[in-house]
Amino acid sequence: MVPPGAYLLLSAVLFVLGTVGVLVRRNALIIFMAVELMLNSVNLAFVTFARQLGTVDGQVIVFFVLVVAAVEVVVGLALIVDIFRSRDSVDIDDVDLLRG
Amino acid sequence: MEWLIFVPAACLALAGGIGVIASRQPVHSALSLLVVLAALAVTYLLLAAQFIAVLQVIVYAGAIVVLFLFVIMLLHARRGEGSREKLPRQRAAAIVFGAVYLVVLAVAVLAAAGPFAQVEPDFGTAQRVGQSLFGTYVLPFELASIILLVGMIAAVVLGRRPSGEEPR
Repeated sequence: MVPPGAYLLLSAVLFVLGTVGVLVRRNALIIFMAVELMLNSVNLAFVTFARQLGTVDGQVIVFFVLVVAAVEVVVGLALIVDIFRSRDSVDIDDVDLLRG
Repeated sequence: MEWLIFVPAACLALAGGIGVIASRQPVHSALSLLVVLAALAVTYLLLAAQFIAVLQVIVYAGAIVVLFLFVIMLLHARRGEGSREKLPRQRAAAIVFGAVYLVVLAVAVLAAAGPFAQVEPDFGTAQRVGQSLFGTYVLPFELASIILLVGMIAAVVLGRRPSGEEPR
């Protein structure tokens, strides 16, 4: 029997990998995939806690996270395509008009 | 016995996660993401979340990763990244931050970990999740459909070519 701690540790490591990916990479697409990685690690934590507490609520929340993630990907990728059209690049360092 | 399934799945997920953030080509990142999603679906099965595991494969692997691959194909993204580094030492700072963050997160989640509860055999089936979804969570469920509609409209509006611009 695998204890919940093992699943939660895996989820924590995946979340940190996603965070480091967002901080280190400059290709907007890869940053986006790192965000998806973080969302998935949180989903794993939700499912683990649902199993630990014996209630199905955590799994329902994962369902909503899936919905929001799908919408987020659609809108985000549309934005990236739009930025690529106007600037011919998906490097986030090229998109700094709002920099203070 | 469960370890025999959990350890390979966890190793695959970690390898895929490193692949997502370390690949030079965006395509390799997307395929690594696919590996992570599949491995996580296996862990969901171990955690008695059959419905979520299937949903994970259909929605994430089937729709989201395919969308990523389409966009990568459309953008013919340039190889590698620009040479100039706007924030020097960002990479080292990010890795140090990541290590500290990992320790904090690990302590926090391990403090919350307890023993697994006893659950009925039908825990996590589509029926059980559906009853909760259409009972307690029916209002958020309806809101989710509005969010999906907003996303669809946003994608159409953002993807439209401004009028007057000739196609390339």
